[in-house]
Amino acid sequence: MRYLPLDDQDRALMLARIGASNIDELFADIPAEKRLPGLIDIPRRMSEMAVERRLSAMAARNVSAGSVPFFLGAGAYRHHVPASVDHLIQRSEFLTSYTPYQPEIAQGTLQVLFEFQTQVAALTGMEVANASMYDGSTACAEAVLMAHRVTRRKKAVLSGGLHPHYAEVVRTLAEMADDETLRLAPDVLAREDIAGAIDNETSCVVVQSPDFFGNLRDLTPIAAAARAKGALLIAVFTEAISLGAVRSPGAMDADIVVGEGQSIGNALNFGGPYVGLFATRAKNVRQMPGRLAGETIDAEGRRSFTLTLSTREQHIRREKATSNICTNSGLCALAFTIHMSLLGETGLKRLARVNHANAVALADRLAGVKGVSILNECFFNEFTLRTSRPAHDVVESLARKGVIGGVPVSRLAPRAGLDDLIVVASTETNSEDDRAAYATALAEILS
Amino acid sequence: MSQLRYSKDHEYVRLEGEIGIVGISDHAQSQLGDVVFVELPKIGDKIAQGGEAAVVESVKAASEVYAPVSGEIVAVNDALENEPSLINEDSTGNGWLFRVKLANPAELDGLMDEAAYQEFLKTLP
Repeated sequence: MRYLPLDDQDRALMLARIGASNIDELFADIPAEKRLPGLIDIPRRMSEMAVERRLSAMAARNVSAGSVPFFLGAGAYRHHVPASVDHLIQRSEFLTSYTPYQPEIAQGTLQVLFEFQTQVAALTGMEVANASMYDGSTACAEAVLMAHRVTRRKKAVLSGGLHPHYAEVVRTLAEMADDETLRLAPDVLAREDIAGAIDNETSCVVVQSPDFFGNLRDLTPIAAAARAKGALLIAVFTEAISLGAVRSPGAMDADIVVGEGQSIGNALNFGGPYVGLFATRAKNVRQMPGRLAGETIDAEGRRSFTLTLSTREQHIRREKATSNICTNSGLCALAFTIHMSLLGETGLKRLARVNHANAVALADRLAGVKGVSILNECFFNEFTLRTSRPAHDVVESLARKGVIGGVPVSRLAPRAGLDDLIVVASTETNSEDDRAAYATALAEILS
Repeated sequence: MSQLRYSKDHEYVRLEGEIGIVGISDHAQSQLGDVVFVELPKIGDKIAQGGEAAVVESVKAASEVYAPVSGEIVAVNDALENEPSLINEDSTGNGWLFRVKLANPAELDGLMDEAAYQEFLKTLP
């Protein structure tokens, strides 16, 4: 059978071989309401110009992040990415070389991955980081599976401050490994008793900081409680810029640190591709998933780079591998590395301070609006509003006034009874005019 | 020192009282090359004959070590953590992997003695 030209007979053969009766069965895990019922509404024959016109009109119904005052976060953040990042990642040596992992021909790429890993290890306060995962949520799920291997236990405790999407991805992958997940109720005020949920069967506790509601958490006591029961602490972040302002998860005794790296170097991209960060202690490196670039010397004694500890991986260990990931988010990791290099340590700290200051300025303004309260005691660049009207309606009304005001909690946690909460993020991209527009629109809606 | 008994998977067991000392054969270590990492079972683990009990990783490959006998792990060779090369230097001595309290000593009868194992090696490609 040739690879590309599939006819009906080829498809029938392939389906019969894997025991599926039709293509739709392969999509059984995707809820029906999330699937397109058929072809999109375009005539089967149309001129190219007419198609372009139709699609442009459809696209114009979207509001792009840069065109309005924009305060969405909740796992994906709008930051300024210098033009030089895009210019450099588009060099053909980086952009068009496919899976360039062979040390004989790919020293540039391998060196970038090594530097990426070094940056991630430094940011997270850990000893070793891999060459990246698909995104923050899959990195989080892989961390739970790794904790299972390290502790030989199968029960993960998920904090109620963990991003709901992350919790869902963890649950999906953990179920495949027959792991149990105990997910605590959404925890708006960061007051859950997570230590009390850890017992002698617990493999790990998964805690996000800043959490989904924006709260900064001290992970140290949770790490101690986990350690006392022989469990691991998995620290999660969705906003990588926060690492420029808060104590590193490593310094708070996390055993594994995972997070989303999109904020550094990568645009919102309509939800992906993103880059998952994954770091841990050196003693656990053999249980770590993913590619790992190492530094070595070549036959002539020159500094060089190569993939290392590959015996963890699927192409060597098959089903005994630590993960079925046999790749990394190479281009997004490259963008991360270049942006991070441009910022440097001082630049990142300054950027983090600007983010925090902007968020504080916004919170102060919005707190002055009648019918609004700010719930967080301690936050970085994201916080939670309680509004006197249902959050979903408020956000829709704000959008009609040209302000993208945040994410209603009910959208991601629909059955939690949290219908009056909005998660609001503010980055260096927000101006004083943006904040004024938000406060004015919100006051009109709630009056 | 009592006699070694070998499995077809190239593990050996040496009986000391009711305890079996388990490792990989000299032939196995020479085939693997430089051993760089060993993953050992935990004390108290129950192992079954033929089941996976440890992993030995060399510069060439990572290989499962299958239990030559059933029983409970009573000791593991912690020295291998910092010095996995002990397996290359002395696989049937200081390079032992773990000690197991035999659940069924009759299993030893199904294993090969030194002479039979040497004959078995000659049959391998």
